[in-house]
Amino acid sequence: MQSPSVHDFFDFNSLLSDEERQVRESVREFVSSEIQPVIRDYYRKGEFPRHLAKPFGELGLLGSNLDGYGCPGLNNVAYGLIMTELEYCDSGIRSFVSVQGALVMYPIYSFGSEEQKKKYLPKLATGEMIGCFGLTEPDYGSDPSGMITRAEKVDGGYKLNGRKMWITNASLADVAVVWAKLDGVVRGFLIEKKTQGFTAKPMHGKLSLRASDTSEILLDDCVVSEDALLPKSAGLKSPLSCLTQARYGIAWGVMGAALACFNESLEYAKGRIMFDKPIAGFQLTQNKFAEMMTEITKMQLLLVQLGRLKDAGKMHHAQVSLAKRNNCYQALQIARSGREILGANGIMDDYVCMRHAANLESVITYEGTHEIHTLVLGQSATGISAFQ
Amino acid sequence: MKIAILLKQVPVKDATLELSGDNTWIDEDDVQFEINDSDHYGLAEALNIAKANDGEVTVVTMGPDRVKDSIKQALAKGAHKAIHIDDEEMSSTDPLTRAKVIAEAIKDENFDLILSGLQSDDFGYGQTGVLIAEILGMPHATLVVETEILEGKIKVKRELEGGWFQNAELPLPALLSIQSGLTDIPYATIKGIMMAKKKPVAEVDADDLGVDLDTGAFKLQKIYTPVKSKETVVLDGDADSIVSQLIDKLKNEAKVL
Ligand SMILES: Cc1cc2nc3c(=O)[nH]c(=O)nc-3n(C[C@H](O)[C@H](O)[C@H](O)COP(=O)(O)OP(=O)(O)OC[C@H]3O[C@@H](n4cnc5c(N)ncnc54)[C@H](O)[C@@H]3O)c2cc1C
Repeated sequence: MQSPSVHDFFDFNSLLSDEERQVRESVREFVSSEIQPVIRDYYRKGEFPRHLAKPFGELGLLGSNLDGYGCPGLNNVAYGLIMTELEYCDSGIRSFVSVQGALVMYPIYSFGSEEQKKKYLPKLATGEMIGCFGLTEPDYGSDPSGMITRAEKVDGGYKLNGRKMWITNASLADVAVVWAKLDGVVRGFLIEKKTQGFTAKPMHGKLSLRASDTSEILLDDCVVSEDALLPKSAGLKSPLSCLTQARYGIAWGVMGAALACFNESLEYAKGRIMFDKPIAGFQLTQNKFAEMMTEITKMQLLLVQLGRLKDAGKMHHAQVSLAKRNNCYQALQIARSGREILGANGIMDDYVCMRHAANLESVITYEGTHEIHTLVLGQSATGISAFQ
Repeated sequence: MKIAILLKQVPVKDATLELSGDNTWIDEDDVQFEINDSDHYGLAEALNIAKANDGEVTVVTMGPDRVKDSIKQALAKGAHKAIHIDDEEMSSTDPLTRAKVIAEAIKDENFDLILSGLQSDDFGYGQTGVLIAEILGMPHATLVVETEILEGKIKVKRELEGGWFQNAELPLPALLSIQSGLTDIPYATIKGIMMAKKKPVAEVDADDLGVDLDTGAFKLQKIYTPVKSKETVVLDGDADSIVSQLIDKLKNEAKVL
């Protein structure tokens, strides 16, 4: 019996269809030729490689699991594999695609009018338009129900006032999905960037997710017409359902970051000689690899089943919480271990582990912090909510 | 315009190869295969020509069942249909025999243009395309770097050695081998991958084409991994004699002087 591949210890590959493997292959080729060579420079500059939006669109990666309006209707396992391949390179790259698909196109698809879908989805799918999702506020992060941003009915439309913070893509966005309270109920609004009273300001000084735009949004008597309201959005459950979509993608994405760190540190450990032998030969180092392989294998099997449940329409949001929570946490541990194995080299950006570790500090925080997902699972287990 | 691209599947570039038991091929069991690198450029050129001339691209691939993966990939990148010449035993690796089989399989398709890559990464004969052209009685050009379709003919620019180029016009139908590295290789898009499933792949059995597969123009007797040998010679004597011995060896054995 041949020993199993260290990258796929339980033959997760055999659980995938030909089509799913082909999608993975194609995205892998694209990422390694088009993004890997430039990612370090963009990370250093603290800038998203804006030129990728259209190639992402041409490839069909934006809103790939939606069907119609220019979207290909891919299944959720193949969608997940795309996220893994993108985040193998960088969490910021995956974040861009996650936000566009799961947090901008999905709400328009689910809560938008036919006109809104026709107007925005095809252009968002090609990358001609970029979108962002504004839920978090300076004073309301984990508890968005307390949001201060308000919309009020005015003649022919709505007037919005408030402030959103930590908004991915906001400075690049042509259209923002902004969540605000209208008569005390959370509703979604589509605000185009040229709208008066709408300002997006990049946030500087990030030590994480540097190849992604993170901005603040200011709404100062921002008046939009009536057709800016997402008619089917109704209460906090609407943005939360978008987050379920995005978290699903994150759970897959971080496996890519974990694999990148595992591969890099394993190669390094085999070649680095200390005390006359490769550091891979020391038991303490081997323990790290054993943990990494175990956790990556668990992620692979958990994700494929989660994807099959999602495709069958049987996925519960608490299952997504479990996957997001576990995978982000484990990916971060793997990135840190990988960084340790690389020794001093590990702190340099010639290697990927520390960049991934820094990125994963954001990923474990956004879309529901580790603690918040713990509370979701706690509630599932006990039937008692710890939030209130 | 009907365009064919001859596309071969070969072991992946960094595959660790073991020889098969009879030393005539590699042990394929744990080897992964991919589209031959230079055929990607042939495919890209075929797709470009088809796009500009309202053409249709047919992938033509000979080989065992595993080659279907490569066919699917080419269809996902935009080719319209495929012909798989099923050769389960991989009976002959002789390029003339293979060319006869492929020519026989495609002769009734009446392609206006047949493209191939430069050469295959496994055997590297670089002959199959040209042989097919000869069998089918078509003009051919190798190492093509530019093409332009004209009325009933094609203008090509060929790369010669030493920085020279040749411009030529060939009447259609014609066969070209495309130089690598000049066109951007397209990625398989998500839509392309999903649509590839529905594109037609015609199956032809290599045994049914009336070509004698067993007696080729030549037969591969044996393949082996290069034997590494290293020998250290210590030169004795005084300095003058060592220098003259060394010069002799550098001149006559190492041939570097
Ligand atoms: C790079 C980046 C990009 C982002 N992109 C977006 C975006 O595009 N759109 C958007 O709307 N938001 C975005 N966010 C915001 C993100 O979703 C929030 O940061 C996140 O929800 C946490 O909110 P907070 O930062 O206000 O932390 P807080 O809610 O203040 O939490 C601080 C700490 O307290 C803990 N905590 C809070 N409540 C509890 C509790 N009940 N029990 C136990 N512990 C608790 C948290 O787990 C955390 O450790 C982004 C954030 C980052 C870092």
